[in-house]
Amino acid sequence: MNNYPALIVIAPLLAALFAGLAVWIEDRLSYYIAILGLAVSSFSALKVLIQVIESGTIQYKMAGWDAPVGIEYRIDLLNAMVLLLISGIALFNLIASYKNVEQEISDRKGSFYTIYLLFVTGLLGVTATGDLFNLYVLIEITSLTSYAMVALSDKDRGPLASLNYIFIGVIGASFYLLGVGYLYMKTGSLNMMDVADIIASQHDSSTVLVGFILCMIGVWIKMALFPMHVWLPNAYSYSPVAFSRVVAPLMTKVMVYVMIRLMITVFGFEYIFNTLHLSEAVVWLATIAVLAGGVLALAQDNLKKILAYIIVCEIGYMVGGAWLGNQSGMTGAILHLLNDALMTFALFLGLGNMVYMLGKVKLNNLQGLFSRMPWTMTGFVVAAFSIVGVPPTCGFFSKWYLISGAFEAGAYHFAAALIISSLICAILFFKVFEICFFQSSPDLQGQGHGHKFQVMAEAPVSMLIVSNLVSFSLIVVGVFSGTIVKTIILPFLQGI
Amino acid sequence: MGMTDIIPLIVAKYNYWLFVVLMMIGLYAMIAKNNLIKKLVGMNIFQTAIILFYVSIGYKSGATLPIIQNVHEGHGHAAIHAADYINPLPHVLMLTAIVVSVATFGVAMALAVKIYQRYHTLEEDELRMRLSEK
Amino acid sequence: MNTILSIKPLLAVLVSLLVIPVLVSSSDRPNVRESWIFIAGTITLLIVLSMLPVILDGNQLALTLFEIAPGASIAFRVDGLGMLFAIVAASLYIVTSIYSIGYMRGLKEHGQTRFVSFFALAISATIGAAFSANLLTLYMFYEILSLATYPLVTHHQDTKSMISGRRYLIFILGTSIGLVLPAMIYCYHVTGTLEFSTAGIFSDQLSKPAATVLLLMFVFGFAKAGIMPFHSWLPAAMVAPTPVSALLHAVAVVKVGVFSIIRVMTGIFGVELLSTYNLGVVVMCIASFTILVGSCIALSQDELKRRLAYSTISQLSYIIFGVALLSPQGLLGGIIHIVMHAFGKITLFFCAGAIFVATGKKYVSQMSGLGKKMPFTFTAFFIGALCVIGLPPSGGFYSKWNLILGTLEAEQSIFMLVLLVSSFLNAFYFLPIVYKGFFEKSNEEDENMPVKIREANLCLVIPLIISAIISIVLFFYPTVFVNLIKVGLAI
Repeated sequence: MNNYPALIVIAPLLAALFAGLAVWIEDRLSYYIAILGLAVSSFSALKVLIQVIESGTIQYKMAGWDAPVGIEYRIDLLNAMVLLLISGIALFNLIASYKNVEQEISDRKGSFYTIYLLFVTGLLGVTATGDLFNLYVLIEITSLTSYAMVALSDKDRGPLASLNYIFIGVIGASFYLLGVGYLYMKTGSLNMMDVADIIASQHDSSTVLVGFILCMIGVWIKMALFPMHVWLPNAYSYSPVAFSRVVAPLMTKVMVYVMIRLMITVFGFEYIFNTLHLSEAVVWLATIAVLAGGVLALAQDNLKKILAYIIVCEIGYMVGGAWLGNQSGMTGAILHLLNDALMTFALFLGLGNMVYMLGKVKLNNLQGLFSRMPWTMTGFVVAAFSIVGVPPTCGFFSKWYLISGAFEAGAYHFAAALIISSLICAILFFKVFEICFFQSSPDLQGQGHGHKFQVMAEAPVSMLIVSNLVSFSLIVVGVFSGTIVKTIILPFLQGI
Repeated sequence: MGMTDIIPLIVAKYNYWLFVVLMMIGLYAMIAKNNLIKKLVGMNIFQTAIILFYVSIGYKSGATLPIIQNVHEGHGHAAIHAADYINPLPHVLMLTAIVVSVATFGVAMALAVKIYQRYHTLEEDELRMRLSEK
Repeated sequence: MNTILSIKPLLAVLVSLLVIPVLVSSSDRPNVRESWIFIAGTITLLIVLSMLPVILDGNQLALTLFEIAPGASIAFRVDGLGMLFAIVAASLYIVTSIYSIGYMRGLKEHGQTRFVSFFALAISATIGAAFSANLLTLYMFYEILSLATYPLVTHHQDTKSMISGRRYLIFILGTSIGLVLPAMIYCYHVTGTLEFSTAGIFSDQLSKPAATVLLLMFVFGFAKAGIMPFHSWLPAAMVAPTPVSALLHAVAVVKVGVFSIIRVMTGIFGVELLSTYNLGVVVMCIASFTILVGSCIALSQDELKRRLAYSTISQLSYIIFGVALLSPQGLLGGIIHIVMHAFGKITLFFCAGAIFVATGKKYVSQMSGLGKKMPFTFTAFFIGALCVIGLPPSGGFYSKWNLILGTLEAEQSIFMLVLLVSSFLNAFYFLPIVYKGFFEKSNEEDENMPVKIREANLCLVIPLIISAIISIVLFFYPTVFVNLIKVGLAI
């Protein structure tokens, strides 16, 4: 048995340890250790994905203990894809972040990289594990690290935002833990496959029902499903930008993954859609989330906040898609999980470049940005169009599946919400673009009239390369979405 | 279900009801209190309720600690009846959960200290007022 | 009919796309930059023309790039209609790029590299739309075109262009996302395919009300076609520099809208289904309304470009009107009007731009007596006007003649009145300009203005002469285009 599945999670964990220690020797060393750890992790994730595509699900027993006694890492097509996504984004973000970290938190670089790696470890663990309680512990590891991160940069607002984040995070995690407790009462097991086997004959049990609902509420709080989203905008906009760039695309998406995993692997479609009759209500909830996220984003005047509310809106897409109860909807949700992580990452990379050059990113700080930072804006525009859903960027294709799923399920309100939110996003981004395009930057105003020659002041090359590469990947992933669906998502959905 | 049915239900599963009450107290404190430390206390009560819940689901009446004595090699298994021992697993899980909650509490306290050092207050409304002035 | 696998359609799309980095990198050497545009335009046209013989023989060229979902892929297929549209767009692109050199330099516009880059992107998307094999691909290029045109429309970066740009986006993006997208996904949901075929993709899954709603969503959703009430972006978009108005808002952009509607009517619904449900009349009523109202509004416009814009709105509806007749003659007349109107209207826009560069005048009322000083421009204007009105010896006559025959063939003679009335209106709003130019005395001559007005520079005059000549040539030799339509629709 090869050890790649464990290596995905262990590499960043060890790197975290050494990165913490390395600060005593040399500042830069911890950065290189972090890069190394994540590179190993991404490479292993890639290996595992190829292996899973070729020869099916991998079951990795931690320390050789058999399930259900031991903790099992069970890697199938879905989480192999998500693992690669997480480790890849974490790695690329780290490459782009060096200068941001220097600028924002130069006094605590070592702790930044350590916490960053622990955070990624947690996310990877959440995705890889096949054990319900292990999942809880790993969720808490990610949460704890992100609490610390949120407080790290903005000394005024950071601590309070972080504290409020803790309160809500604890409630969410506790709900999940309670739900697991109920499931354990009924089944006496914590291994997902084992629990699933036992639940299959217990569909009318009220204990299972309570367990299910508690788990879902817990996960929804953690993923910031409207109206449980209030913690997200503050937490994401006050944390250091190098961290918001990784938490924004990944944290909520991993929680969506957990939801899908629980729905598919643990409880099963049969139970959720035929025994319970909740799907209609949840799709309505998702519809409201999509619309509310968009409308709230419109009301913001800070680019960070705008992007944060867009995440709230996108969460609605995935929750709704997963709960439509048909293959197109679920395909759309999983594809959107991938796409949204990439698009959000691309947007936040652009944001990071702007923060680096401008300091503040209130809307009126962005004047003349198209001439000042043309490369950053190119990447940002592509990502924005992907959010709006312009083909051939990837956002369009997952929306395609989601809307056809909505038609199939007769959930026309959800389809309408998706379309309206596309329009809202279009308005939102063009509001930003108008400022960047039509207004010239304040330091040039008053120097005569007519069109002024704007000096280019771009972000460092390393940041530009990463942001444009990721934006370009949006198009690549978009045109290959058929391939992704065919080789990963459909086999996964048919295999259950 | 009339009142007469509820009372036996409560009595029979009094431990669960206790945790529900504890949880609600914790939740109330987290939401309604203005002072950050009080909120933290509420958070701790909330977590403790869940820990107690887990501990009690491992309990079996008449069972003892799962320390297996007098096991002779070869035919030891025959003498063990699961019903004689309480389930140790939830307890072990809660050791981990306690670690998690202590860590969370630690981070939260550290943040509270930071906030106090900067603003000399822990009342949330006052903090918000100060922040909005900035 | 054979379908031949070919990479040419992809190449035709890619050439203009790949030249963009070259344009950006040579931004400080305008002459190099412009010669690249010219080279790219020529290559595109040559690739397009190289496919012509195969298509005229009744074959199709096809290339599937990516399969997104079963039955929905990003794919090219070149048929008669696509070929017709691509020839028009590619040939006029070359003419316009010469013109835009003269125009942009003549007015010393800023951001010329940005301008030519997005122009190239817009052309790439237009060719892509022409060669789309299915609705998904068409939609993709339609959206790319919308977004690529935005920086061109708002080129001046002032408040006026911002407001126009906003209106442009609201109408174009709003309708394509709000109406076309759900309609398209619904079609896919019902039939499992989006591939264009002359028989249509629906067998009997659609009831009449559903078909009506769907058709209306498409007709109004492709707002680039300027069907009222979604037309007002077009006059607003006239704030753009004239080459944009000429090529994009008389040929490429607006006709992609019309072309999309034609594709949906002939390739998604199919002529048969439309006539079974009698939906042609519905579209015809909408188109007639736009034709008449557009012409009337054009009459009242004093700004030349706005007058031309409203004229475009009404002329575009001719095309849709012809297709909605659902008879062979009507289809022929409607679709060939894409070509005729393109050459006629671009000539008119070129003239408007040349007048503006030479004299700074934008309003019809200021144009008295200019004809004597700018004889080439005004003669070309006259020919362009003839073409749009539909009088011999210009190409426009051919299409309008067929349209009128089409109404008779489809036994919709009432609608013939619409065509006749509108042609009168066209004459009313164009010919006075020519009259003013040649026969009225200039107001300024009396005041002895020191500025000597003469023809604009050669880069501006040559293109407008070329397009005017082609407008006349098309009257005598429309055969290629007629054959393309016949091959494309199998009529």
